[in-house]
Amino acid sequence: MYRPLAILLLALPLAAQAQPAAGARHGRAVAAAGRARIPGGSYLPLYDRGAGRVTVRPFALDRVPVTRGDFLAFVTANPEWRRDHVKPVLADRGYLADWPGALDAGRGDDLRRPVVQVSWFAARAYCAWRGGRLPTTDEWELAAAAGRTARDASRDPAEQRRRLELYGRPRPDPLPPVGGTPPNAYGVRDLHGVVWEWTRDFHSVLVAGDSRATGARDVALTCAAGAVGATDPRNYPAFLRYALRGGLDARATLGSLGFRCAAS
Amino acid sequence: MTTSRSRRYARRAAIGTTAVLLATGATAAVFWNTAAARELGASAAATLPVRDLPEVRGEERAVLTAAPEVPPAITRDYATKVVVELEAIEKTMRLADGVEYRFWTFGGSVPGSFIRVREGDQVEFRLKNHHTSTMPHNIDLHAVTGPGGGAHASLTIPGGESVFRFAALNPGLYVYHCATSPVPMHIANGMYGLVLVEPREGLPKVDREYYVMQSEFYTKGAFGDSGLQALDMERAVDERPTYVVFNGAVGALTGEKALQAKAGETVRLYVGNAGPNLVSSFHVIGEVFDHVYGEGGSQVTQRNVATTLIPAGGAAIVEYRAEQPGDLVLVDHAIFRAFNKGALGMMHVEGAGNPKVFAQLKGMFTTGGE
Repeated sequence: MYRPLAILLLALPLAAQAQPAAGARHGRAVAAAGRARIPGGSYLPLYDRGAGRVTVRPFALDRVPVTRGDFLAFVTANPEWRRDHVKPVLADRGYLADWPGALDAGRGDDLRRPVVQVSWFAARAYCAWRGGRLPTTDEWELAAAAGRTARDASRDPAEQRRRLELYGRPRPDPLPPVGGTPPNAYGVRDLHGVVWEWTRDFHSVLVAGDSRATGARDVALTCAAGAVGATDPRNYPAFLRYALRGGLDARATLGSLGFRCAAS
Repeated sequence: MTTSRSRRYARRAAIGTTAVLLATGATAAVFWNTAAARELGASAAATLPVRDLPEVRGEERAVLTAAPEVPPAITRDYATKVVVELEAIEKTMRLADGVEYRFWTFGGSVPGSFIRVREGDQVEFRLKNHHTSTMPHNIDLHAVTGPGGGAHASLTIPGGESVFRFAALNPGLYVYHCATSPVPMHIANGMYGLVLVEPREGLPKVDREYYVMQSEFYTKGAFGDSGLQALDMERAVDERPTYVVFNGAVGALTGEKALQAKAGETVRLYVGNAGPNLVSSFHVIGEVFDHVYGEGGSQVTQRNVATTLIPAGGAAIVEYRAEQPGDLVLVDHAIFRAFNKGALGMMHVEGAGNPKVFAQLKGMFTTGGE
């Protein structure tokens, strides 16, 4: 697996790391919708890490996923992240491969579609350039637990059904422009059913720092044993998200995987 | 994803193997291939000797077929390396007339491709996940002796590929299925199929072989409600299927798609039951199974059976000689499923029968002939 590689890379200073916050100056590049304040709170993760509900401190989260237009500004300002310059250790061959050119993300609506086929490394660098960071899985899950009005709709059967239906739909090609779904209780859109999203600790959800935990995690993501230790075995949308994250490595690029940024 | 891990294992195991060879010497004889033995052993300390693993000669690519077809019988009398290439594909297909479903498949069909190998073969399994998939997928083959039946080694993200290897130790007919969390959803959406491990001596020759797999679907709409139907998790959890079908759709084995045989021919059905919930009471109306390989095991466990039980996640091989012309009807004899949910298929038998086997003597319908 690439995970040891990813961890190793994290420990090294990244030569290709973009200048932090430089992108904040790119007015057009920053998603016009801005960030929503999430007041913090607690939620019950799908896999209990032994502490029950997890407390999440207040943070800010992009209201919509990062768009192709946003990301074009980033690669223009940071050529080391162009698809023809990126280091293979930082992104696999699918990186931005759906763009017409290295500095061409399409026309019109294309620029408002969520950027996909970006590696975790690239997403992380983008958020740093924007003066933010990737949300943690806990932050993402807390924000995504909200329904249209309720801050925690994770046990609402109607909401679960709706999410499962959204997840089960074929991915539209091309993807719709961002912001097309109704805002949730925090004013955040597109958390469900548009694209999967990178989180800062996408593959450490179940790793408790002891070698057995890694094994338990593998078992949890495959086989019926996945239900063992799950706090809500009926939360199929959550199982799908955790399984997807668990299958990723930091170089991966998927046509259905984008991201948004957060700030503390 | 798995390569660096298996290399790691291989390195560690190599050290262990050397020690074993030095200590026991003769152990080496049971391995058909030292490199493979190392990886199969995959243990830090030593490699476990496994009895009866034959020497492997050559390499071939598995012939895969979509139901109801079955790959040709294996004619070789030695073990080989078999490469199986299968791709997980999410696609919209017909579930019933006017009804579509977003299936998750192995190889683009439901059930997934039939895999046929020989006992002792070394199977190199290459699982791809199509780049348009929205979910990661993997495979758990019940024929595999190893962690998760291959599930852990084969977790594959969209656009990715994973490779693992296993020895076909146990002859029999086995279900395979996706085992990515949430497993029930992956099975409910169509990710299953059959793998046959032929015994070394082969199976007795028959005239016809077919692949039939029963499974349930749980939809928002009622049976027959038209349009694209989504999975209804509540129905699935409550085990109240909308559809119970053979080979992935209502009518997959009727009309022009009925199975075919000629009177006098011997027929072997490889029958799987994917579930995800129900047990099948498999029956062919108008025939008696001469042989049943119960639960898909490697020997005939019963003769002269009318209805055989096939567990969810299990299989059976049934054989009969089609003596009379006409239409045989395959059903789950939990009969409302056949009548109201789709669990019905046909086998059309052509040719001349024998009035000593069956003849109508008086009644509303005449059977022709004498």
